[in-house]
Amino acid sequence: MLRWLLGGRDVQEPVEKSLVLCIGDEQPQNPYTELRVLKGHSDIVRFIAWIDDLRFASAGDDGVVFVWNVQTGERLHELRGHSRPITAIAVFPSVLQLQPESCHLLTASSDKTVIIWDLNTGTQIYLLTEFQSSVKCLMIIERLDVWLSGGDKVCTWNCQAELLCKTTCFKDADVSSMIELPKNNIAAVVRKDVVIFKLIPLSSETQAWEIIEMRRLSNHEDDIRALITINDNTFATGSHIGELIIWDSLDWSVQASESQFWNAAPQFDKPAEIKISLTPNQHETCIHHLSSDRENIFAAIGTGIYVYNLQTKTVIAYQQLAHDSRVLHIAKLPNNQLVSCSEDGSVRLWELQELPPAEPATSGLFNMWGIGRPNKQQNQMAKRKLECSVLKTLELIGDLIGHSGAVRMFLYFKDHGMVTCSTDHLIILWKDGEMESQFRSKKLFQKLEQEEQYAASL
Amino acid sequence: MITAPDVVALTHEDDYEEQYRDDSMPPFQFQPENPWSKTATAKFEKDFILISEFSEQVGPQPLLTIPENARDNFDLNYFSLRIMSVDYQASFVGHPPGTSYPKLNFVEDSKVVLGDSKEGAFAYVHHLTLYDLEARGFVRPFCVAYISADENKIMQQFQELSDDFSKASECLKTGNRKAFATELEKKLQDLEYTRNVLHNETEIQKRSNDKGYYSSVAIEKANELANVEKCIIEHEDLLMQIRTYSHKKTKDAHYFSYEPEYGTEPSDTGLGHQSNESCDKINFSNSRSYTPKFTRAKSAKCFEKKLKTLEELCDSYFFNQTLEQLKQVEKFFRGDVCYLITSQIEKLLLQQQRLTSFLFEDTLFFDKERTEKQQRCDKPLPVFNILSPKDLEHPCLSNEAASFESYKSCVESVPIKLDQQVNEESYHGTVADSIPCKNPPGASDYLELEGKEKGSVSSGESIEVLGTEKSCPAPIFSKSDSQTNLQCQHPEIVRRKFVVTKRTNSEDSIEVLCTTESLIPEDFKATCPSAIYEEDNTLDNEEEKQLSTDLVQSDANLNHSNGFSKADFENNTIMLPVLSEPVDSPCCIGKESPNFTKSVSTFVTEEYNDGVVNVPPQRSKTIDQIFHSDFPQQDDRNGLYGADDQVLSTYEKKYSDVPGTGETVQIPVDEYLDNMSYISASLCSDRTPSPALPNCPIKRLSGKHKKQSGRNSLWFIRQYSFAQQAIFSLLTGRMLVIVGEQEGKVKKLVNALSTFVPNCGSDSDSIKQWVTFPLHINHLQTWKLIGLQRIASPLGTSILHSLNRYSRYISILDCDNKTLRCPQYKGLLITRLADHRTQIKRGSTYYMHVHNMLTQLCSQAFLYTFCHHLHLPVDERETEESVTCRRVNFLKHHLGLMNDDSKIVQYFADLIKMRYLHEPAKGVNPVLRFNYTSSSVFKI
Repeated sequence: MLRWLLGGRDVQEPVEKSLVLCIGDEQPQNPYTELRVLKGHSDIVRFIAWIDDLRFASAGDDGVVFVWNVQTGERLHELRGHSRPITAIAVFPSVLQLQPESCHLLTASSDKTVIIWDLNTGTQIYLLTEFQSSVKCLMIIERLDVWLSGGDKVCTWNCQAELLCKTTCFKDADVSSMIELPKNNIAAVVRKDVVIFKLIPLSSETQAWEIIEMRRLSNHEDDIRALITINDNTFATGSHIGELIIWDSLDWSVQASESQFWNAAPQFDKPAEIKISLTPNQHETCIHHLSSDRENIFAAIGTGIYVYNLQTKTVIAYQQLAHDSRVLHIAKLPNNQLVSCSEDGSVRLWELQELPPAEPATSGLFNMWGIGRPNKQQNQMAKRKLECSVLKTLELIGDLIGHSGAVRMFLYFKDHGMVTCSTDHLIILWKDGEMESQFRSKKLFQKLEQEEQYAASL
Repeated sequence: MITAPDVVALTHEDDYEEQYRDDSMPPFQFQPENPWSKTATAKFEKDFILISEFSEQVGPQPLLTIPENARDNFDLNYFSLRIMSVDYQASFVGHPPGTSYPKLNFVEDSKVVLGDSKEGAFAYVHHLTLYDLEARGFVRPFCVAYISADENKIMQQFQELSDDFSKASECLKTGNRKAFATELEKKLQDLEYTRNVLHNETEIQKRSNDKGYYSSVAIEKANELANVEKCIIEHEDLLMQIRTYSHKKTKDAHYFSYEPEYGTEPSDTGLGHQSNESCDKINFSNSRSYTPKFTRAKSAKCFEKKLKTLEELCDSYFFNQTLEQLKQVEKFFRGDVCYLITSQIEKLLLQQQRLTSFLFEDTLFFDKERTEKQQRCDKPLPVFNILSPKDLEHPCLSNEAASFESYKSCVESVPIKLDQQVNEESYHGTVADSIPCKNPPGASDYLELEGKEKGSVSSGESIEVLGTEKSCPAPIFSKSDSQTNLQCQHPEIVRRKFVVTKRTNSEDSIEVLCTTESLIPEDFKATCPSAIYEEDNTLDNEEEKQLSTDLVQSDANLNHSNGFSKADFENNTIMLPVLSEPVDSPCCIGKESPNFTKSVSTFVTEEYNDGVVNVPPQRSKTIDQIFHSDFPQQDDRNGLYGADDQVLSTYEKKYSDVPGTGETVQIPVDEYLDNMSYISASLCSDRTPSPALPNCPIKRLSGKHKKQSGRNSLWFIRQYSFAQQAIFSLLTGRMLVIVGEQEGKVKKLVNALSTFVPNCGSDSDSIKQWVTFPLHINHLQTWKLIGLQRIASPLGTSILHSLNRYSRYISILDCDNKTLRCPQYKGLLITRLADHRTQIKRGSTYYMHVHNMLTQLCSQAFLYTFCHHLHLPVDERETEESVTCRRVNFLKHHLGLMNDDSKIVQYFADLIKMRYLHEPAKGVNPVLRFNYTSSSVFKI
């Protein structure tokens, strides 16, 4: 395409043969045929948070939080209060309860404050300034009606923004993420370690809330980048060098670990002279994001995406070069599509398909695998894996192109498509054009009816 | 600017182009092209407006025509005689029976249609009377006539003509009333002064004479004084009448003052710039600065003096306003009657089509209409209001059955302008009870006769006016007293006045004259609400007309980036210095240009024959020549443009196989044209455009530009075999990017394709002629057709990369390589729309062909959008699939749309839906709709 554009006049520069899986313009399975750009942010948009079926909040480095209507793209509120980039965002309650009038949003910023907003009025309710360092993560335990902030220490707050208890400071390390474990336990990531805390709520025996460090799990060899809950019994962590560890939530023991994702790609014995220069990203093994659908863990590792089955404890499908650049976010949508977004500015839609058993090696994506450094030791291991584990294939069914910067995150709405946010300061709503057209028709006839009634009433 | 060194002007008219030079207006816009036109017998070619007067000195005489030199061999004097001879006895002179004072007649204008076989002319004649203190009976009969060779046109357009002319006449009369009032004031001052002088003389006489009897000189003096007194009363009465009238009138018409917005006239109409109050002040100061003269108080009627010109009569501000209005009227009614009527019908129909017409019609027409109407409401017509606003509640004369109280109140508020001198002089001599009502000199413009009227009404001291000795020492008293008497001497008198007026009207206007419109006596009109309503109606129509006139005239600058509209242009051209040739500038665009084209082409051919291909400055030279030859400017532009197109297209044909040179030549010419129009516009731009003209640039508009864009489109579909694919992209809302190195070439293509871009309904402009930066996703949402610069630079590369990135949303037409990358079109509709072997030869015809088909598509889209069962299930059991199936069937079988054609209708339908639902909401970007389809590359 570009070559065609440049025409014959330019000396044809050798276009690098892309190794990344490509899909043409014809994407019959891609439902997103309508997009709407939402402008407002003046810096990188890092977070989008689901509020309810119609609303979401976006926040980023400009310190401003916007509340949007996902259906019309209207900006409902503009929450200004932070002077520095926003570092964490949480909606309280995270699941819409029966009383939507008390819908609050918590935002933490690197200006060392946390603000609680009322989402219905767009006003600031509480401003918390008693932090020594910026809060990196926020977690809400609805069961106990408290929320936790993680920075240089973990603090527990109630909904009236009163400090209940706090831990001691961590030395030269901050809590980067937290999840809730059963029995009022909390797993917090502090660099390479997972620290388990126990939260003791106010009761007849205790005089006050307490938080106690239970254990420190130091199995990872590098910084932990991702921490997710898989189900009631397990949680998982992924590290910078590509170690995935699956933990037992109750006794905090390692259930399984996988560390050789980048070699999961089997090294077919290709002629050694085919040397294709790889960009540094393609060697990267950092686990940027993990998500799970209770059966599988979806890992965004480097430029690739991997599906790890919990039962077989193996990688069942993967795309090593799913994107041109780092994959930043991955999730499986309720419609069974796997979506990944990347620093290359694109969002890709995948479908997990059963591999045709007869010809596993000739399937389209196997062509991609012939790259990488030959390594005999791991070669064998990979072969073993291939034989027994890779049972499915990730089929690219579409990509969404619109952002001109890295797509940080996406959010899926059942009726209103997908929302993506990006470093190019934009938020894009991706919608099913067919559905939208239908929706408009319905609205049109509703309006006609209203007008008729109005005319009749006159 | 004009030194385009690499311009090569060369062409030889090929047969086709010669035969169908498309530089004339659409066939019906000018009469000579209409084979059925009856102009054969007429001695003139175009309609014009004639203002003539029945002068009391020389009889009927033509004053001016609009356009100024439109008459050819037409005998204006003869025709003036004809049209003035049907005028009614315009006014009643002097003292009507039963009153002792002269009475002004406020008569409605009469409207007559007459024909003259000798001249082959038919005319709508609008008679009006203006007041002149020096004229016989204070009136000067005038008429404004619209003269056309087509009787049918006059008859068909009678109502419109009548409305327009009434408005113009109203403007004249308003100015006249103002001027008349000023004149009266001056006259009054003269008289007051005279009376004082006479009075003093009489006193001297009296004092010097103690013999007990009056000398003949003294008696003479006393008589003279009495005469002056009477004169004063008469004039005050007149002044009061004229003021009351204008007050009444303005109240009827719901306008109060005129705005300084209209103050764009030359400064000699200084009065016109002021708002009402300041105007009064100026008036007052004017009259104060006016030194009264001693007049021989004979009578107000004098015949010796040179009569005032129309401009003097009407206050030059109003006079110019009227001329402006009449020029607009003339422009509006240009062309054949069928053309006028169709365009009127079209406008009416379009207004009913608001749901779909936004797609391809000029959205501005509707939006502008609305805003303009508002503006009009905010800024009412220029009306000089002689009374101050607080007097507007004045119930006097509008209510015959007024009680004594109402008379009282009316008397209270009668404004009398007393000038300082008189005031001061007479101060000493006034009766004591009148003192409290005197304002300190100069403190107020008006002297209110508060507290005084009681005495005068009851005492009825009007006898004093007759000039007995008693009245002499108290001039001011008698003056104000007489004023009161005039007002409310007794109710009977006032009533009698009314009766008289009615009678005058009924006798003179209605019965004597066979006017086509019934005349409503002014006094009836004032009290009759329906009359008021009528007035409003007229006003509205007028506004609409004005609007549409604007529209017709204004020019979309599709080709020219500068914001000058053609309307400015034409308007200004009229004011240009005298032309060297007797060319009636505003109406001969079509006629004049062939002449011009010829000159260019011959010149060009010469160049070509000489084999000089790269002699650059020739073209600019021609233009310079033209400039100096004082052609009407818009003719230049028009003609040049037409010529250029031909030059270019032939040139292209000639040199299409020589890539480099052909392109380098073409651009400067196009650019040059832009400059040209800019220059020619700026030449006249020191004149501010008339307030009636739109100042905003207009995206696409009628007249010349329809033709222009039609011609470009025609050129495009003939030249580019893949035109259909490109048009398909546009009609389905896929952005079309025209990439090219040369701005002119790209812009020409953009212009050619702009006809096919549906309006998305939002305010944003969906066409960008020349973009020089990388595209962004935002742009894709709003822009639908753009020209993009291709340059060999880092920026250029990033532009291309942005194109590459968004290639799935856009179609790209490479103007340099003549290739197109877009989804393939499979259908029939566009084949008909843009057949490259089309037999259509004229740009305007093709434009109409395209619009015809697009309108058809719009109506299909409308049907599709608003068919309930196509989008909603008929009952609950029905599935979504069956509705979809029904929809597909409808498109296929009912609308007969195959394959991709249905996509066009679906896209239109979505646009209609969004517009109906007012999407996107304010401040929200529009959606970008697209399909995931593969593109292919097309070459010529």
